[in-house]
Amino acid sequence: MPHHCELCHIDLDRISVRRGGQMLLQDVSMHIHCGQLTVLIGQNGAGKTTLIRALLGQIPHTGVIRHVDGRGLDIPHLRTGYVPQHLQFDREMPLTVRDYMAASMTKRPVWTGVGKKTRAAVDAALEAVEAGDIADRPLGRCSGGELQRVLLALALNPAPDLLVLDEPVSGIDRNGLKLFLETLLDLRRTHHMAILLVSHDLRFVREYADHVILLEKSVLAQGHPEEVFASEEFRTVFGTGEEEEAES
Amino acid sequence: MDGIYSIMGAILPLEAYEFNFMKNALLAVLLLTPMLGLLGTMAVNHQMAFFSDALGHSALTGIGLGIILGLRNDLLAMLVFGIVWAILICLIKQSGSASTDTIISVFSSTSIAAGLLILARGGKFAKYSSLLIGDILAVTPQDLLYLLLALVGVVTLWVVIYNMLLLTSVDPFLARSRGIRTRLIEGVFVVMVAVAVMLSIRWVGVMLINALLILPAAAGRNLARTSRQHAAFSVGIAMLSGIVGLTASYYLDTSAGASIVIASALIYAISLAVRKARG
Repeated sequence: MPHHCELCHIDLDRISVRRGGQMLLQDVSMHIHCGQLTVLIGQNGAGKTTLIRALLGQIPHTGVIRHVDGRGLDIPHLRTGYVPQHLQFDREMPLTVRDYMAASMTKRPVWTGVGKKTRAAVDAALEAVEAGDIADRPLGRCSGGELQRVLLALALNPAPDLLVLDEPVSGIDRNGLKLFLETLLDLRRTHHMAILLVSHDLRFVREYADHVILLEKSVLAQGHPEEVFASEEFRTVFGTGEEEEAES
Repeated sequence: MDGIYSIMGAILPLEAYEFNFMKNALLAVLLLTPMLGLLGTMAVNHQMAFFSDALGHSALTGIGLGIILGLRNDLLAMLVFGIVWAILICLIKQSGSASTDTIISVFSSTSIAAGLLILARGGKFAKYSSLLIGDILAVTPQDLLYLLLALVGVVTLWVVIYNMLLLTSVDPFLARSRGIRTRLIEGVFVVMVAVAVMLSIRWVGVMLINALLILPAAAGRNLARTSRQHAAFSVGIAMLSGIVGLTASYYLDTSAGASIVIASALIYAISLAVRKARG
């Protein structure tokens, strides 16, 4: 059973998404608790990205998403921070990491420059994700791992109630990924933030996740990692050679 | 205007600028180049060079339709048609069709053909041929006022929407997740480009207007590292090539619009060399 803490959680109740007569998600219900790392697993096309888009309010869906405090009362606003799988952009664009961060953190247009206060805010945001040294690098010259950190720093400013991450499948080496995930675990501890991560690295999931949700158009299984990994549904989706197969 | 003319006479001790039509032309250049230079940075970053080219061509259809509808004011007809046309293209682009460039090309050639069809009826196109190459020496003080208002409007909106437009051009999905209404922002931007292009087209010409929008921004991109440098280089290069081109055209007796574009093309070539040298 999922651990129900006394604190806030995000409550998804029977979320369904249809597109062109096709059911992409059917009656997906789950709790995402703050201070916990909830990991979404499933095959390609299982609806993981669709669920994230519904959660971010970017595609129409049925069902209810509530943000609830420890006493079960609604918190009116849900602030989400989102880290996409990758950033597809024109790498030749004259744009530094600082410009990009400043554009989303301040109203002053960055073509007029970046003010002192914003410079400091950007530095602080990048240092918080251990990327303080890349502020003045062109965005297009950042490695996959560095971009991921920049995106994380953006998602954390302003501080969200729910941090949603689509884990990169490619473009980041194993060390970069480990460092990134360790930063996440730190955040969970220090900010007591609700984190929803789409992951393809089952070894990591087993080791670090607090709560695992196995998705295949609807929720097939959810609970403690060991419970989910031992379930019949998990074997059906991932087969017996679980870890190696899903990690590719 | 007399005050401005005498100030210009004092700081420009060139024979070319003894005439008021040249002073007007220079003022027009100083108003429209920064406007196009600023907008160009995002047209280039947004990969819209083809779009703005097609937009320029639509001016012909705008004027043609104005004549059919009996509008006396060419500028109004161009503005209205250009804005409608820009929004239409923007909607097609946002619909996520994979073949956006094909669709733009279809629209572009159709609008040239439709424009020529109307304007060249009974062999009368000669009357409109100045539209193709522009005539900056015919600028009047009233035209200058329009350009000034447009420049003020563009700079003001540029302050308001720039950050949102920048985030949108890097990743629209991520921008939306941060509460930016990306479609609206893109819509405002294409309307700004449409207005700037339509206001400048009589002076620079249908065939050259896109070069003034794209070349300085493309050259600036080769030299700049930051957003601020991009804006500064783009505006600076646009103004420099405007002044150099206009002045040269007087002494060489060449088309002003073409001379300005050649000047910015030369600067672009230099910027490319600088970029290569930097590695």
